[in-house]
Amino acid sequence: MNKIFEIPLYAYERSPDQDADTPVRRKVVVVGAGPIGLGAAIDFAQQGIEVVILDDNDKVSFGSRAVCYAKRPLEILDRLGCGKPMVDKGVEWNIGKVFFDERQVYQFDLLPEGGHEFPAFINLQQYYFEEYMVNRVRELQAEGAPIEIRGRNKVLKVEEHGDHASVLVDTPEGQYTLEADWLVACDGATSPIRAMMGLDFVGRIFEDNFLIADVIMDAEFPTERWFWFDPPFNKGQSALLHKQPDGVWRIDLQLGWDIDKEEEKKPENVIPRLKAMLGDDVQFELEWVSIYTFQCRRMETFRQGRVIFAGDAAHQVSPFGARGANSGLQDTDNLCWKLKLIMDGTAPESLLDSYDYERIHGADENIMNSSRSTDFITPKSEMSRVLRDAVLDLSEVHAFARPLVNSGRLSVPCTYDGSPLNSADALDGPARTRPGSPCPDVPLGDDFLLPKLGDKFTLLTIDADAPDEIEESGITVTRLALSTKNDPSQMLKERFLGGAEAGVYLIRPDQHVAARRPSYDDNLIRAAIRRAIGKE
Amino acid sequence: MSDQLTLTPNIAGADDFYAELLTAHEGLSKADSDALNARLVLVLANHIGDRVILSQALAAAALKSEE
Repeated sequence: MNKIFEIPLYAYERSPDQDADTPVRRKVVVVGAGPIGLGAAIDFAQQGIEVVILDDNDKVSFGSRAVCYAKRPLEILDRLGCGKPMVDKGVEWNIGKVFFDERQVYQFDLLPEGGHEFPAFINLQQYYFEEYMVNRVRELQAEGAPIEIRGRNKVLKVEEHGDHASVLVDTPEGQYTLEADWLVACDGATSPIRAMMGLDFVGRIFEDNFLIADVIMDAEFPTERWFWFDPPFNKGQSALLHKQPDGVWRIDLQLGWDIDKEEEKKPENVIPRLKAMLGDDVQFELEWVSIYTFQCRRMETFRQGRVIFAGDAAHQVSPFGARGANSGLQDTDNLCWKLKLIMDGTAPESLLDSYDYERIHGADENIMNSSRSTDFITPKSEMSRVLRDAVLDLSEVHAFARPLVNSGRLSVPCTYDGSPLNSADALDGPARTRPGSPCPDVPLGDDFLLPKLGDKFTLLTIDADAPDEIEESGITVTRLALSTKNDPSQMLKERFLGGAEAGVYLIRPDQHVAARRPSYDDNLIRAAIRRAIGKE
Repeated sequence: MSDQLTLTPNIAGADDFYAELLTAHEGLSKADSDALNARLVLVLANHIGDRVILSQALAAAALKSEE
């Protein structure tokens, strides 16, 4: 039986670029066909920008790898045309159980907020995730979009030239040089591009190993997230059980630092561990086993001239809280519209400084959260363990201690507070929609707000007058007029007005708020548009 | 509520409280005593709740004088 990750989905094919006398120049070259590289490329292609993806492989992710996808990335993927198949296939869960030693100390319900088109979280194997993205690439190609994936095209050398970058690429049929106006490196935590450019990647190393196994079984376990601290079957360590589609279960077992990785990976060593956890009578089949260690670190800057880094290539976090792929998709969501404006000559190249500012802010927030989860899950000192165990013991008896239990915090998008693209907050509205915030979704009849915002600048007016279209500095801003009179759930009012009577929001192509005011003011909104594209 | 940590005598019957604290630890191993202390810190911290006061308390416990 062939698994999807064993089939070459983008097999090597000779490109005419390999036979060119002088290197061909492409608008954008993306290195890496993982979730982030594919996301970036689809975004560029949807905006009509020519893009070539180079990948050293020709298949989707081997094994499940990243399995938790949060609401904001799903909303972004919906805009990219592949969010819905992921939700249809994915497993939704709300109940989590926490075990300590031999007993369950408490259970929680995520109680997701209502009025959003997408769930708080889905579990989905990375290979399905990538497969749906590759399907979307094929769909765009069929529509004539300028997007191409080149499998088994391995970058050997990269050079930045100020106004373009060039790469030397190895293929099964020899090497060729390719030039790009912009090179986007989405080549993962071990980013060869970053290494070739000699760039620093500093941070904290966690001295621990985790065994990760995908197990196929027909078991009676419910669709819940189970997390064990110090369980009898893995003394002194932690364990996680999480459901994926197709009866595949993700099992994570902490192993400690001094282990022989190759030995531990062997089925004869993995199977007894799993039996101890699942019980002797449970029948299962191993689909994939891996051992990982992790670090929390980031690059000092995500851009080197015409080379831009995104996803794990730019920043790496521990897996607790699902902040890797989720934050990477927010990187490219932030990057692509800016690069489009720069290529069109509408925005100055300095607009990219805000990519650094905003996504470093996001990376630091993710690193902080995932480091804290890691410190709780794997205490590094005796007193750290004493305090951790005290929290767990108390959590069984007293509700107050439960919020302190940290087995990974839900990945939520960050607010770009202090971004140079924000205009001062002029509305006495809710904090969650202040300038810099990602717009929360709101039900609008049978539809939702976010799909109506799309990927262009929008002027959202709520019970306020404004022109239907504004032209400013080469940007066309279209008005979306809504009213609280047509808001039976009151969520529009609650999420965008709070105590205010009316509101006017300038929303960026990545659906973050750039400015908000109580009413339309032509001069101030025009200034806010210029500021949002780095011209003020 | 005051946003200043109380560092002047505030427990009526201080000797009684101290005796009760010692009694709670009586007969416990070092590990169990450490665990009890840790739980006590968390219970008290939750009761205080105020983040500013908690930071002042951490500084006071570290024998750092205020500013």
